[in-house]
Amino acid sequence: MIPVLLIAIPLFGGLISFFFKNEKAARSSALFFSLVTLAVSVLGLTYFKISSQLEFHASWMSSLNSSFFVRLDGMGQILCLLTAVAFPLVFVSTWHSQYKNANSFFGLMLLMQTGLMGVFLAHDALLFYFFWELALIPAYFLCSQWGGEKRIPVTLKFFIYTFTGSILMLVAIIYIYLQTPAHSFDISAFYNAHISQKNQDWLFWLMFAAFAIKMPIFPLHTWQPDVYEQSPTAVTMILSGVMVKMGVLGMIRWMMPVLPFAFWSRGDTISTLAVVGMIYASLIAIRQDDLKRLVAYSSIAHMGLMVMALFAITKSGTQGVMIQMFSHGINIIGLWIVVELIERQFGTRKISELGGLAQRSPAMATLFVIVALANIGLPLTNGFIGEFLMFNGVFASSLTQYYIVFTALAGVTIILAAVYMLNAIRKVFYGDTNSLTEAGYKLRTNEMLALGIIVVMIFFIGIYPNRLLDVSADTSQSVLNSIERALQTIMKR
Amino acid sequence: MNALLFSGVWGVVMMLSSFVFKSKAVVRNIAIVGMIVLFAVNIAEMYGTVFFKIDVKEMIGFDRFALLFNSIIFGSTVIYFLLSARDMEKVGVNYGEYFALIFFILCGVTLVTSFHTLLILFLGIEIISIPLYILTGSDKRNLKSNEASLKYFLLGAFSTGLMLMGIALIYGSAGTFNTIHLVTDPAKPSALLISGMILLMSSMAFKVSAAPFHFWTPDVYDGAPTVFTSFMATIVKTAAFVGFLKLFDDAFGSLQSQWQLLIALLTALTLFIGNITAVFQQSVKRMLAYSSISQAGFMLMAVYAMNAEAKEGLLLYSAAYCLATIGIFAVLTKLNDYSFEGFNGFAKRQPVLALVTTIFLLSLAGIPLTAGFLSKFYMLQAVAETGKYTWLVIFAVIMAVVSVYYYLRVVQAMYFKEGEGQALQISRSFKWILIIVAGLIILLGIFPNLILNWLYF
Repeated sequence: MIPVLLIAIPLFGGLISFFFKNEKAARSSALFFSLVTLAVSVLGLTYFKISSQLEFHASWMSSLNSSFFVRLDGMGQILCLLTAVAFPLVFVSTWHSQYKNANSFFGLMLLMQTGLMGVFLAHDALLFYFFWELALIPAYFLCSQWGGEKRIPVTLKFFIYTFTGSILMLVAIIYIYLQTPAHSFDISAFYNAHISQKNQDWLFWLMFAAFAIKMPIFPLHTWQPDVYEQSPTAVTMILSGVMVKMGVLGMIRWMMPVLPFAFWSRGDTISTLAVVGMIYASLIAIRQDDLKRLVAYSSIAHMGLMVMALFAITKSGTQGVMIQMFSHGINIIGLWIVVELIERQFGTRKISELGGLAQRSPAMATLFVIVALANIGLPLTNGFIGEFLMFNGVFASSLTQYYIVFTALAGVTIILAAVYMLNAIRKVFYGDTNSLTEAGYKLRTNEMLALGIIVVMIFFIGIYPNRLLDVSADTSQSVLNSIERALQTIMKR
Repeated sequence: MNALLFSGVWGVVMMLSSFVFKSKAVVRNIAIVGMIVLFAVNIAEMYGTVFFKIDVKEMIGFDRFALLFNSIIFGSTVIYFLLSARDMEKVGVNYGEYFALIFFILCGVTLVTSFHTLLILFLGIEIISIPLYILTGSDKRNLKSNEASLKYFLLGAFSTGLMLMGIALIYGSAGTFNTIHLVTDPAKPSALLISGMILLMSSMAFKVSAAPFHFWTPDVYDGAPTVFTSFMATIVKTAAFVGFLKLFDDAFGSLQSQWQLLIALLTALTLFIGNITAVFQQSVKRMLAYSSISQAGFMLMAVYAMNAEAKEGLLLYSAAYCLATIGIFAVLTKLNDYSFEGFNGFAKRQPVLALVTTIFLLSLAGIPLTAGFLSKFYMLQAVAETGKYTWLVIFAVIMAVVSVYYYLRVVQAMYFKEGEGQALQISRSFKWILIIVAGLIILLGIFPNLILNWLYF
């Protein structure tokens, strides 16, 4: 029942939000529904291994053998929790932002949450595809309606990019569906499909296109900095914090066990792409003067590391990705909150025009520095746990002979991350104040609350990661097992 | 059989009604009632109630597929009448005749969906075409309308010539018009038969406006009065497709290896030309003309694949495409400015109309939760199931991405751009019907079985 509630509550909240006339009412109801979703998601965590509560199966398109099958597995728990945490954080931290037609803004936000939850829960390939697109449509309207000056062409580019990816994935889904024993979209049928090695290879590229565009992975990332810059910050937080995880989840749930051979044989190619992208994005981030674009490029670098760790196919790497998905989500939301504050207060995002903020607003500086350090991956923070596990996984990988090169180059990007994050902190928060930053800024209660929660989570996961790692352990193990089994049968031949 | 006779008779009734009744409202209501009755008698035949028992010498046969398709067509026409009948008044003075011609076209449609010999196919196609030439030119004082009508007539006559020649060649080879007995030796078909088949393919491709036989489409759709463009682009086009599918299934099914590559190339070319040219249009009406070519490309995939999924898919596709396109044209008819700029700021002035138009456009683009997605899905699946020509599937989806560009241009204009438009007179019932149509599209997008299950009962 829990997965159905996770989809139904935001859907209901989103739909009734369109009928509110009053901005305040729309805002409060959106916050209320997102908090209820959070409560249900936490309840789901406590049910942890009682599977009857975490599964829902109903017949849907029987002529196609597709059913409404949603399930909270370990990875689903983590990502649903991330989604459920992210939306209240976004609503709280942007409580004072004014929107034209606020009722449709909050309605679309909650519909986007519905789509995201569906993607993380669906265990039926066609249903997965439905939710995958459902998450995109509200994002399109949100960015085009409430975004910055260049929003219309930028959002169209975003839409066409992701639609290209998803429809190529649809072709792959149809072909895999035709290979399944009883022509079914069910996830277990997909896992048991007999796909020849030759077919796996081109199906792999079709699916990879969809997930790589969403994450995004170099060289398919060109939509991302523009969209993050032009979207309203509340939407950017969701896009960068939660939506990019759709790509990672897609890879883990719908690619690794379904196309194991291609996943294994293409590992070096994809890891190379990821490493190139990480270094490239880090170097661009160093040269950025715009805070939003800096965070955007830093996100590309982080996603690259996750992909590399996945393709290493090790327990430690996969677990690292699981926990990093959550950490990256809340860290980047923290960064956006501060960037949004700075832009709203001082009217600029240019690093060169700011300075000395720490003197006037020490609270903001402290919280930002903590989030930034977590983003770099300093020990005791959540970023460290994920990155350590992922590096460990890549280095221990027995499947690639280039593991030392990959690890070394990826290690360089951590240093580069420290360069651009610390550099930005130095220029924005330290040094002398100028006429612009003279006034300073005192954090409002809601902003303090949101950042405070994020900082607490950063330390909690950084010090006691086991709680989350336990949740995802089963999923990681079963995914790895299925790859191992597939490779063994191939080796035997 | 019910529908065939009833549509012919009602066409005559409509012709006479404009003499008897001076009031346009009465004429309109007679037409709408007739259409609903036509829909009902066809449904009755699906449940086994045949009012007329006539010995047709096995020249026509109403099977499940034909009847279900007819129901979709008649249902769409009911909606079309409810939405657009009032707008036909603006076209010219011969109000009753327009309805009469439409009923005659529907009579032709029932022949095209149920033929068992090539003669009936020819008869059906001609009964559809000739009233259409008149409807295209019905805006008598408009030069563009006249030009479109003449162009359509000349090219249409030419393609009819091709069809007749093809039928003659096939008759020479097979000695019969009966579609089931045309091919006696699939392993070694005679050259006469193959050339006849290719001529038939060309003329059917002309009727469904597949490239490279599409050149008439944009001019005719653009020139014809918008209310009739809507009818032409939806109901007539899908009917021609069913004829195409039926012909190549019944008659040339055993020669599949001979024509499959040809149809695949035709499909790819149609998708390419339709989509790429639509991107460069400045008028929404002309864009919709090219979009109808690109949709034809998708429907051709059913002819190519020719399996159970293809037939189910074509039914769903017809329903989805007709509903969405009739809806968009109904909105377009209310506007004076057909350019993309004419839609600027439309969402602010007419939020309901903008919302339903968005749903129609998303359905045409094939976004999930709409019927358009599932119909495209069926087409792709049908081609994938043949196990050949994977390139066609991938090419088709890339073209579907291109189509998103021009469909979203309208959405962008409606929602994200500011503009002062003319005030529109929109009646409450018009809005409600559009909302129902949009609801149907979403309902079919979530539960396609509502239509498809009928095929098997």
